[in-house]
Amino acid sequence: MSGTTPPAETSAKIQAETGNGSREWRGVAAENQDELSEQVSFLLRSRSRRLLGELLRPYRRKIVLLVAIIVTCNVASLAIPYLVKVGIDAGIPPMVAGAGPGTLVTVVSAILAAAVIQLVTRQIFLRMAGRIGQSILLELRRRVFRHFQRLSLSFHDDYTSGRVVSRLTSDIDAISEMLQSGFDDLVTAVLTLVGTAVLLLVLDVHLGVVALLPLPVLALFTNWFRRQSSIIYRRTREAVALVIVHFVESMAGMRAVQAFRREPRNQTIFAQLNADYRAANLRGSQLIAVFSPGVKLIGNVTVAAVLFYGGMLAIQGGVTVGVLAAFLLYVRQFYEPMQEISQFYNTFQSAGAALEKLSGVLQERPSVAEPGAPVILERPRGRVEFQHVEFSYLDGTPVLPRLDLVVPAGQTVALVGTTGAGKTTLAKLVARFYDPVAGRVLLDGIDLRDLGEESRHAAIVLVTQENFLFSGSVADNIRFGRPGASMTDVMAAARSIGADAFVSALPEGYDTQVGKQGGRLSAGQRQLVAFARAFLADPAVLILDEATSSLDVAGERLVQRAMQTILADRTALIIAHRLSTVEIADRVLVMDGGRIVEDGPPGELVGRAGRYAGLHRAWLDSISDHRDLPG
Amino acid sequence: MPPDTSDTEISDTETESRTRPSPPLPRLRGARSLWRLRSYLRPYATRLVLVWVPAFAAVGIGITIPLIGREIIDGPVARGDSEALLPLALLALGLGMAEALLVFLRRWLLADAVLGLETSIRDDFYSHLQRLPMGFHASWQSGQLLSRATTDLSAIRRFLGFGLLFLVLVTVQIVTVTGLLLRMYWPLGLLVVVSAVPIVLTSLHFERRYILISRRVQDEQGDLATVVEESAAGIRTIKAFGRGRHVSGIFEEGAVKIYGTSMEKVRLSARFFTFLEVIPNITLALVLLLGALAVGSGTLTLGTLVAFATLMLQLVWPISALGFILTAGQEAMTAADRVMEVLDTEPEIVGGTRVIERPRGHLRFEGAGFRFPGATEPVLHDIWLEVRPGETVAVVGATGSGKTTLTSLVPRLYDVSTGRITIDGVDVRDLPLPELRSLVATAFEEPTLFSMSVRENLTLGRYDATEEEIATALRIAQAGFAYELPWGLETRIGEQGMSLSGGQRQRLALARAVLSRPRILVLDDTLSALDVETEALVEQALRHVLREATGIVVAHRASTVLLADRVALLLDGTIAHVGRHHELMASVPEYRALLSADPDAEEARL
Ligand SMILES: Nc1ncnc2c1ncn2[C@@H]1O[C@H](COP(=O)(O)OP(=O)(O)OP(=O)(O)O)[C@@H](O)[C@H]1O
Ligand SMILES: Nc1ncnc2c1ncn2[C@@H]1O[C@H](COP(=O)(O)OP(=O)(O)OP(=O)(O)O)[C@@H](O)[C@H]1O
Ligand SMILES: [Mg+2]
Ligand SMILES: [Mg+2]
Repeated sequence: MSGTTPPAETSAKIQAETGNGSREWRGVAAENQDELSEQVSFLLRSRSRRLLGELLRPYRRKIVLLVAIIVTCNVASLAIPYLVKVGIDAGIPPMVAGAGPGTLVTVVSAILAAAVIQLVTRQIFLRMAGRIGQSILLELRRRVFRHFQRLSLSFHDDYTSGRVVSRLTSDIDAISEMLQSGFDDLVTAVLTLVGTAVLLLVLDVHLGVVALLPLPVLALFTNWFRRQSSIIYRRTREAVALVIVHFVESMAGMRAVQAFRREPRNQTIFAQLNADYRAANLRGSQLIAVFSPGVKLIGNVTVAAVLFYGGMLAIQGGVTVGVLAAFLLYVRQFYEPMQEISQFYNTFQSAGAALEKLSGVLQERPSVAEPGAPVILERPRGRVEFQHVEFSYLDGTPVLPRLDLVVPAGQTVALVGTTGAGKTTLAKLVARFYDPVAGRVLLDGIDLRDLGEESRHAAIVLVTQENFLFSGSVADNIRFGRPGASMTDVMAAARSIGADAFVSALPEGYDTQVGKQGGRLSAGQRQLVAFARAFLADPAVLILDEATSSLDVAGERLVQRAMQTILADRTALIIAHRLSTVEIADRVLVMDGGRIVEDGPPGELVGRAGRYAGLHRAWLDSISDHRDLPG
Repeated sequence: MPPDTSDTEISDTETESRTRPSPPLPRLRGARSLWRLRSYLRPYATRLVLVWVPAFAAVGIGITIPLIGREIIDGPVARGDSEALLPLALLALGLGMAEALLVFLRRWLLADAVLGLETSIRDDFYSHLQRLPMGFHASWQSGQLLSRATTDLSAIRRFLGFGLLFLVLVTVQIVTVTGLLLRMYWPLGLLVVVSAVPIVLTSLHFERRYILISRRVQDEQGDLATVVEESAAGIRTIKAFGRGRHVSGIFEEGAVKIYGTSMEKVRLSARFFTFLEVIPNITLALVLLLGALAVGSGTLTLGTLVAFATLMLQLVWPISALGFILTAGQEAMTAADRVMEVLDTEPEIVGGTRVIERPRGHLRFEGAGFRFPGATEPVLHDIWLEVRPGETVAVVGATGSGKTTLTSLVPRLYDVSTGRITIDGVDVRDLPLPELRSLVATAFEEPTLFSMSVRENLTLGRYDATEEEIATALRIAQAGFAYELPWGLETRIGEQGMSLSGGQRQRLALARAVLSRPRILVLDDTLSALDVETEALVEQALRHVLREATGIVVAHRASTVLLADRVALLLDGTIAHVGRHHELMASVPEYRALLSADPDAEEARL
């Protein structure tokens, strides 16, 4: 694609690309998760069916009970018209004849009884079904959320938070809709269907067979619908996910959107995604628009056939007029619920597609898996070792070609190097965000892959380069390092790194809400909070990835001083571009192109004429001001 | 269902403060909000009027077909005339086919219209959000916004697509049948009408409560969406501390809350639905009893009673269906409320109309002050600062002193509370927003990237940039690495650029700002994640760029400060000193404290 595409043309291009998943603005990534070959759709269905089964299993008994209740309820409600007929046929003539209202009173009481039964059973049914449905939703939400939390970063790197949100909102919504109304409708419809079919056959076999003859056609038709709709609804789920992803990202980056006048282009993209979603939805609605009247057509044709054939039979005396009349009534009643089933099918298919997506997520295995037999480390000492570690994010582009490194317990190591050298990658391997492609990373001689999750987290904490604050108060955010820490601990942590001053100056001190993604605080303040949080966690190995880059010099110096005491009894890996931080380190590692090219105490390295000496000189230049002195 | 995490206690306090005062719940306007959406249906007006034709025709046919049955029984069958049978059967066939066709037409016509409605509201919703200023976005969680743009709009679509039509059809059916009943035998008819009174009363009561509950569920779902979004966006932090369980606890809390409220909703509607179904049945029993008495006393014929009862049976379904339709309507109304709540928010920052013919980028802060909405103290006050075209001023100040805030006033991400800011003598508030924002480009302290191609991220502000311009911008920002990515500039970078290193992200953000060729270039501490060598290279290249533009550089380091001609020191919310670096170093102790090299470093230099 050329870089000189004028806006109109670009949007036209986007317009033209309707329907195929990849759009150029999205860029290319290793795998496009949205695209599924249609062959796997069978697998998908069975996978989601399994999930559904799992979700329903705890309620097996209750569901049986539920069916019994709804049957009772339906019997009661179907009995009422029948009782009315009985009342008229058998209750009134005796009264007219002056024999008293005995039968009538019985019938009326029966109707009232039926109404009461209906009242009670329906009430129980609605509540029970509601509770089961909501419990299933709760369980599903819980499972999917926890699973997302379990999944490794390599998964989240591509999946994006928008898609996570879409799974846990719009997909869950689709399922919720089915659970809310679907079950009720389905059971009622099926009951009426079976009951009426039996009735028809009992009334008159010949005519009954004619009335039921179109059933195979109906089955074929339904099957066609099912196949079509499962494709269409899958597409709908994907389309809505893309809408959500774009929405969420635009909102998160609104500052850049507005500052860079991105609005028109965003609008074009959004409108396009939205239109795709509409198109997918429209296809679904149109399918229903064909299916539902289709069923009606089959029903009406059957009615006509019954009229004709039944009429003939009646004329020839094969059936009585009464039977014919009943048939006409029942045939209509037979095909009416089919309409409802089609409606139900609609929500069902949509929920099915959603369930497919969710089961897909649940099936995803974390690439950084928890060990089967986790080793528990009671008192981590903090010796970190890399043994022949190789790592790459994408196959074929090694980021760390081969790394060997031992950091003895208690050592403070500074990691420096050009940007993109792989410092953060190294840090992430220690925190086990990823597993090495080859070799191993050890803590106190134990492979991280064998170490229990709890032990690992208690021992190693990484302050990431990008510090994320959750909405909540400042105290909440600091407490994130150690949930359960008392307010005193929180304040002590803040104080020890020099964050106390600014927090106390906030209008509500530690209870001040930090706002969406910490927006209420300045960049440096966010960094201080993130730092305090790590300090509160009190791990044996603390990794600081440019944890002071946004602080002013004074603030940085304060943190530095604090670090000297904080880091005294723990292993620390400090990544920093400002070499002032390095001064407190016992040892400096210089990284370049994924390799450690220099290693030694800072004093010694400065003396050598190597990379570090060069960096150090450049740094001295940067903090001083003599180079621009006139003359 | 209590959360089973061990840290229940904490997550309790956690969630309490976490459920920040979500935007105040406005008075529920329900139906009015929904009605206000009608303009979106205008493009489909003809269709929406037309749709009633097949809708009613289909209902009519539905009533006619049984009549043909009666005709056949009374006619050919009674007379034994098989000749006359065929035409009637064919008529039934024809009508049956017509009914199916009409149903098809109704659905087909409506599908497009309501989807069109949903889509255009969503488009407008999004566009409105893009217009609303940062102040709005800072106070609204995107989960809340998202649930309005998706869940709520679908609820509206569903109701307008089916609910409303059925509501009318069902009402017409109920009224017609009741009318027929009244005509047939008025005392019993009256009984039927009277039985409607409890239904109406309950409906009203129900409506009031249901609308509150469904609003609560919808709000809670929005909150949960926010938790989800944060937990996904902050996944690295969560993993770094191994707080998956803790976050799940927070989610659990929200999910359980929805469960509770939904159950309340279930119980409420269970009661209501049952009520709706039972009343007609009880009425039926009464009709039968009283009807029989009437028949007994000879005021009513048996035939009429039979017809009456049969007709009444036809009322049972519509009345119980009313329950579903009303709840769907209720949800649509709350949804419309929630949507209008956002659409009704007026953008506080709108552009003016003045145009600068030949913008030079002469920037002046004239007594500018700023106070965050809801804050008591202003962050900035009495800012007087002039930056001439081609000049660069460094803004220096302690952490949290208001540097970022100051820079965001220029492109009007926020508006000054007092004073004004001018460009070439024109108040920025008088300029059209796109105009203003093409004059000013900012490289933010947080890179703010999107999960799109590198190219798209770079050309955010100028997607007509040529290949050479992109190359130049990348060169200036020392971001040549972009070409080495697996698919070059077409590589999709992760969300927030997470598949890049910190320094790479920052350089892309810088290249983006440079690429938009602004008259005023704002660099908000944009070199903080670069190593010193790369930083020196970037500074070298930036010097050229800054010579041609007006520059504001927020800096924590002397090296960056030296990019500027003058330095403004931000102290206690205002610019306390302006001068050259060396002057300030010599004369202002506060400045020295902020920028002087590390004591150790001083020694090393000597
Ligand atoms: N999630 C990822 N997927 C693919 N590539 C990645 C990912 N994260 C980092 N990289 C690449 O790996 C290389 C090393 O990145 P890393 O973040 O380790 O650098 P760094 O030394 O920390 O740099 P900086 O000082 O800029 O933070 C870079 O080229 C980067 O583009
Ligand atoms: N939405 C808000 N409401 C109230 N106060 C806010 C809000 N956003 C920021 N602040 C406060 O305004 C002050 C200035 O913040 P700003 O981001 O401008 O600081 P800064 O000088 O850029 O700091 P840094 O060097 O850390 O980036 C801070 O003390 C911050 O707490
Ligand atoms: Mg890094
Ligand atoms: Mg700032």
